[in-house]
Amino acid sequence: MSAAAVTFGDFVAEAERTGRLVVQPRMGFGDLERMRHGLVRTKEAEALTVGTLTLDSYTRTGDHEAARCALANGVKLNGYPIVARPDAETADLLRGVRDASFPVQVRHGSSLPEDIFRTLVGLDLEATEGGPVSYCLPYSRTPLREAVDCWVRSTELLAEMGETANPHIESFGGCMLGQLCPPGLLVAISLLEGLFFRQHGIRSISLSYAQQTCPTQDEEAVLALRSLAAEFLPDAQWHLVFYAYMGVYPRTAAGAARLMEQAARTAVRSGAARIIVKTEAEAHRIPTVEENVRALERTARAAALQATRPASAADPTDSETYTEARALVEAVLDLDTDVGRALPEAFERGLLDIPFCLHPANQGRARSRIDDGRLQWLTVGDMPIAHGPRRLSRGELTADTLLAMLHHVEQRYDTAS
Amino acid sequence: MPNSTPPRKRPTSVVSSTVSDSHTWNLVYMQLLLEEMGHDVVNLGACVPEKLLAEECLRHEPDLLVVSSVNGHGFNDGLRIASHVRSVAGLEHLCMVIGGKLSVDGVRDVGFTRRLLNAGFDAVFGDDELPAFRSFVEVCGLRVSA
Repeated sequence: MSAAAVTFGDFVAEAERTGRLVVQPRMGFGDLERMRHGLVRTKEAEALTVGTLTLDSYTRTGDHEAARCALANGVKLNGYPIVARPDAETADLLRGVRDASFPVQVRHGSSLPEDIFRTLVGLDLEATEGGPVSYCLPYSRTPLREAVDCWVRSTELLAEMGETANPHIESFGGCMLGQLCPPGLLVAISLLEGLFFRQHGIRSISLSYAQQTCPTQDEEAVLALRSLAAEFLPDAQWHLVFYAYMGVYPRTAAGAARLMEQAARTAVRSGAARIIVKTEAEAHRIPTVEENVRALERTARAAALQATRPASAADPTDSETYTEARALVEAVLDLDTDVGRALPEAFERGLLDIPFCLHPANQGRARSRIDDGRLQWLTVGDMPIAHGPRRLSRGELTADTLLAMLHHVEQRYDTAS
Repeated sequence: MPNSTPPRKRPTSVVSSTVSDSHTWNLVYMQLLLEEMGHDVVNLGACVPEKLLAEECLRHEPDLLVVSSVNGHGFNDGLRIASHVRSVAGLEHLCMVIGGKLSVDGVRDVGFTRRLLNAGFDAVFGDDELPAFRSFVEVCGLRVSA
């Protein structure tokens, strides 16, 4: 750890102690100069920031030869090809930018991340994210057991960096499919993946949750995640990361800004330590560095204006989300205390069933709906959730209803002016 | 005269992404739409390689194959799908359409449509052409009331 004396996990923990929300962009470029510029501008932003290296889709799918070929031919990549690039170039990229005041997290989206993790270890990059379920089911066809086996090896590789390096993994489990997954299931998957990382030697962990349709429900969810993390991860350093809405984004600049500011308020009120921002350009194209910087600064301002949640707030374990998440987590751990073995079996039996997820490992019997602004279950399939019918009656969910649900948040924020 | 026509079998559709496209909301939407038109739907999901797509078509013997893609690579991926599927014995005459956001710049290019049709698709639809898609399904006689 010559490059950064303060690790990602310690940096966020210190910010949390001082009551400042850490803000983070999603940012990745194939070009070294642009990537460096993005990191420098993030570091200089008027906000407490951490840096992001988002990898390209060739690297994500393990096609490093295609990434090398693209680099050699000057073809634009949609992220940073950390495996295909010589390590010396990545070390140069980070020199003088990544330091005690600016840790960097590598974001990749890979269901089979072993090559990536090996490269991170070689570069002393200790912070990354993902998970055996959250990067397998939504975006790949990788069989779930194959993904779990690879994540076991990869996680243990990172853990071997040792205590001083403080390797950190964030579960992406609170972001399943971006939208329309009810909070109880998001909280459960995020917690279970965190537990998986802990069981394979990682002692610094973050758990995620993505903004959904209703601020009070989101707050309830993050508080539930906090209670469960305190109980299930007693011997780990952990924090919560809140994602600005990941579904269909408002098309107007004003709508996008309002949605982002609401995310900042919810993050602070619910005690998240870090937030991943979105920009006003989100609905239209990949944002520029300057659009990212503006979003980081706006988010930090909105967070600073929001007072933290009053201490007299309701018992976080007394909510529908908490009850649901706890029932799901317990049902999975009842199958096997080894989370890596329990997870694929839980999906096979439908104890976990992600609505609208088409991966062959997902039973696909659960469906959600938006009821009075809140995300609810339309059917729960075989999940151990008390309320809600188990099967969908024919014609109950139409194509038009689905479309309206997908655009619910976009339309509410775009027309709320 | 008593109606002696046997009850009509529900048509089957296969809905699929392309090999490079991991988006799935479009596939879920197309499934619901086809189910509303009376179809049984086999949804193959994200990132489907051409070979798997052809195997699944041989297995399910669908009346219609719907390829839906929104990642901007649909034109290139679609050409590969058409040439592979049409080369497989038993799939030469399968009714096969493609639609969505098929190119990166979002502009519909008539040249693209022509080349996809020449490669073997029976119809090509932009993401704003759902009514045309519905009519196509009806004209093919593939609509039954649900």
